[in-house]
Amino acid sequence: MKDFAVVGKSLPRVDAPAKVRGEALYTDDLLLPHMVYGKIKRSPHAHAVIKKIRYDKALELPGVLAVITGDDAPQAYGIVPQAPTEYALAVGKVRYAGEGVAAVAAVDEETAEEALERIEVEYEVLPAVFDPVEALERQDVVIHAKAKNNMMYEGKQEFGDVDKAMAEADFVLERSFKTSYVNHAFLEPHSALAHFEANGFLTVYSSTQIPHYLHRTLSLVLDLPMNKIRVSVPMVGGGFGGKGEVASSELCAALLAQRTGHPVKVTYERSEVFAQHKGRHPCVMTMKIGVSQDGTIQAIDFDNILDGGAYGGWGIVVLFYTAAMIHLPYQVPNARFRGRRVYTNKPTTGAMRGLGGVQPRFAMESMLEDIAKELGMSPYDLRLKNAVESGYTTKSNVYVPHSEFKKCLQTAVERSGYREKQGKLPLGKGIGLAGGYYISGTAYTLYMSYKPHSSALIRVDTEGGIILYTGATDIGQGSNTVLPMIAAEELGVRADDIHIVSGDTQLTPFDLGSFASRVTYGAGQAVRMAAQGINKQLYEVAAVELGVRADQLICREGKIYSQYEPGPVLDFMAAVAKYIDAKGPLSAMGHYSPPRKGMKGVQGANIGQSPTFGFSAQVTEVDVDLETGKVKVLKVTEAGDCGQPINPMSVEGQVEGSIVMGMGQALFEEIKVSPDGRLLNASLHDYKIPTAVDIPEIDSTIVDSYDPTAPFGAKESGEGPIQPVIPAIANAICDAIGVRFLELPITPEKILQALKEKKER
Amino acid sequence: MKKLITLNINGQDFDLAVSPRDLLVDVIRKKVGLTGTKKGCGQGDCGACTVLMDGHPVLSCITLAVASQGKKIQTIEGLSEGEKLHPIQESFVEQGAVQCGYCTPGMILSAKALLDRNPDPSEEEIKQGIAGNLCRCTGYKKIVKAISAAAEKLGGKEEERVR
Repeated sequence: MKDFAVVGKSLPRVDAPAKVRGEALYTDDLLLPHMVYGKIKRSPHAHAVIKKIRYDKALELPGVLAVITGDDAPQAYGIVPQAPTEYALAVGKVRYAGEGVAAVAAVDEETAEEALERIEVEYEVLPAVFDPVEALERQDVVIHAKAKNNMMYEGKQEFGDVDKAMAEADFVLERSFKTSYVNHAFLEPHSALAHFEANGFLTVYSSTQIPHYLHRTLSLVLDLPMNKIRVSVPMVGGGFGGKGEVASSELCAALLAQRTGHPVKVTYERSEVFAQHKGRHPCVMTMKIGVSQDGTIQAIDFDNILDGGAYGGWGIVVLFYTAAMIHLPYQVPNARFRGRRVYTNKPTTGAMRGLGGVQPRFAMESMLEDIAKELGMSPYDLRLKNAVESGYTTKSNVYVPHSEFKKCLQTAVERSGYREKQGKLPLGKGIGLAGGYYISGTAYTLYMSYKPHSSALIRVDTEGGIILYTGATDIGQGSNTVLPMIAAEELGVRADDIHIVSGDTQLTPFDLGSFASRVTYGAGQAVRMAAQGINKQLYEVAAVELGVRADQLICREGKIYSQYEPGPVLDFMAAVAKYIDAKGPLSAMGHYSPPRKGMKGVQGANIGQSPTFGFSAQVTEVDVDLETGKVKVLKVTEAGDCGQPINPMSVEGQVEGSIVMGMGQALFEEIKVSPDGRLLNASLHDYKIPTAVDIPEIDSTIVDSYDPTAPFGAKESGEGPIQPVIPAIANAICDAIGVRFLELPITPEKILQALKEKKER
Repeated sequence: MKKLITLNINGQDFDLAVSPRDLLVDVIRKKVGLTGTKKGCGQGDCGACTVLMDGHPVLSCITLAVASQGKKIQTIEGLSEGEKLHPIQESFVEQGAVQCGYCTPGMILSAKALLDRNPDPSEEEIKQGIAGNLCRCTGYKKIVKAISAAAEKLGGKEEERVR
């Protein structure tokens, strides 16, 4: 462990005092003079041509200012800009029940709602399909004209010689798995407030986690130059990927503001959050793993059908992430992937915490457990044998600069007593192990660009103090706490000496956004570089004052002095005053560009590339009630490699949140769809997420780790820890009752059914 | 047709014109302007809109404003004394029980109601006490810890007073 002054301390979140007092402002808390409210009318049909929309009666209602439809913004967009498929409001036809067809602006929400009722939409209902496997066969359902057989995209990759390796393997196991349709269920519904100033400049306050892509999309859909638009992000009530894509609330607020001349706020109801969705892709997966007698993995063959719902979203990216995820955290010398992302008439799926990783991880870790048993090995030994170490390069040319994955496995196993318990607990009680990893940022932007992915500006003066400007957006993960800590460490001041301005496309320098666990690593590098730039300038002046060479100076706790000999000391802010007197304003910028690694000639192989990776291993203990089928997760022992934690308390929070979120998906979370495509449980009453009484005991350890490529050694911690959760639970259930579950969620009904079948055999 | 009502919120009377179907959460947020009370579901499922009414936690998104007259309503803004945070608020900050913060006001008020009726709750009782407040960020562990720490702080205070 390195000796840091600020890094590694569990400081309270900078925004926590305002949040506990109820003073923190989220988008829906904002008011502007003359503000009006927008509401969206949604389709009751899952697939239908829009024949006609009549809204005169809505406009006649006193207090209604404007009505817009898809025809008012016919420009398609998509987060993957090469394949735009989405609209602010449906154009020509609707592709899922709940899709927006018109939007209203009115003086208050009640009037807007009444106006929605007065809008008449004439539909010609089309046949619809809700299952991705069926969708591939249904010639009578054409969701998008360009997508033959409803297949949005098919991706194939092969590395090495899988057929040969499988033929030569001592043991080959093949299984099919299915995962469920789950939602992020962040607590704050999407909200957007748009305002056109008299000079035509548009400001959008939004609950987005990616202001930059919202900025681009507003420019595209409204046909305004980006420099006439500002996106500003107040507090965000959680995102988990769901607020990464542009929502129609944001576009409708802007379009209605343009139309009415009033600021317009659109805040979703909870049911609309489910309609916007962009949650995890349900996957139909077949995986084949070949191993040699000693447990060495020889080859993986993976076929994945992803249920994309109605639109493109992050689809292609998620598809190739599922491909990338089989190459780590174990050495896989031969791998083949075939993936198809398929359209269905349901709310669109997209990015959700650990995107593309959680589903194949469930399959792979379940299978490794069974393979180990088949070989008469401990599942722990098999994993340890294949686990990657620092400096590994996958067959797909992904370089892993740093890994303490083995240490994660060892720690989780030792702390939990896994070896003593596994296979030895009484019927109904079980213990399971799983490993996982995730990227710490991406190597590429979604559109072709060479610009840095993150940048930061630090301005220091005797009036405002030290101000850090970063485009990185705090969505609750804590970047507004962690980035000032990085700056403080480098500058040698206290963390609370630094003021942060973040998440604003006008006020802060460029940052890609809060996704792909990229902020601490990527934005952290930019912040550190900016701080180094301040030091370099400041020390030149301080050196003169102190009579010491500048390259010998350091700053600790706000005092600048020579690191080699005791002597005169200069206060940081006094040095700043001297600098400004002599040279003028003091500021510095930093930026970060990840290595642009990839693999030429292999489709999709740039996806999954990351400057570094975080790892996690978990041992989970469960109690299965043989009478009711209910699974109680008793304890999760987690050990994670996030490099050097900048703020350990925040890391723990990410780990604990990941475990509980993953547990919900493993055991009960699932959006149910009616035969005509309506969501049956689009509420937090019927879509169950874990409550405080459901949580297991959690023992999490941050293993000793330092990534030399990272800012103060820090890697991701927000998405790696969710990867092992589901398979560790599935493996524990298998240990408890001897049944391997291949479909999520593992509900009491499925457990009772399996126990019954087992008894009959 | 609007009706004139008086709501007592955080010890202050507010005269308000509301329609009979206006919900307490909307009146508190939009008419009184106290936006610390959050709306996460609008159906009484998530607990983000929790306020205290005569000391009891109430879901303000399924409570009519007109039915809230004559009660003492406490929102999150009424918990701290000036600059000084309430011990529960303090513990939430110190223990890292706040991430996105959207569930926090409701969570803290449920915790206050719990500690008012049970000053020394077990871990299980704390979990039961906040079972109606959903949080998606923290996994609840640090929230439970914060409430437990707050109970200690509050208990300590009482002992001092007794002495």
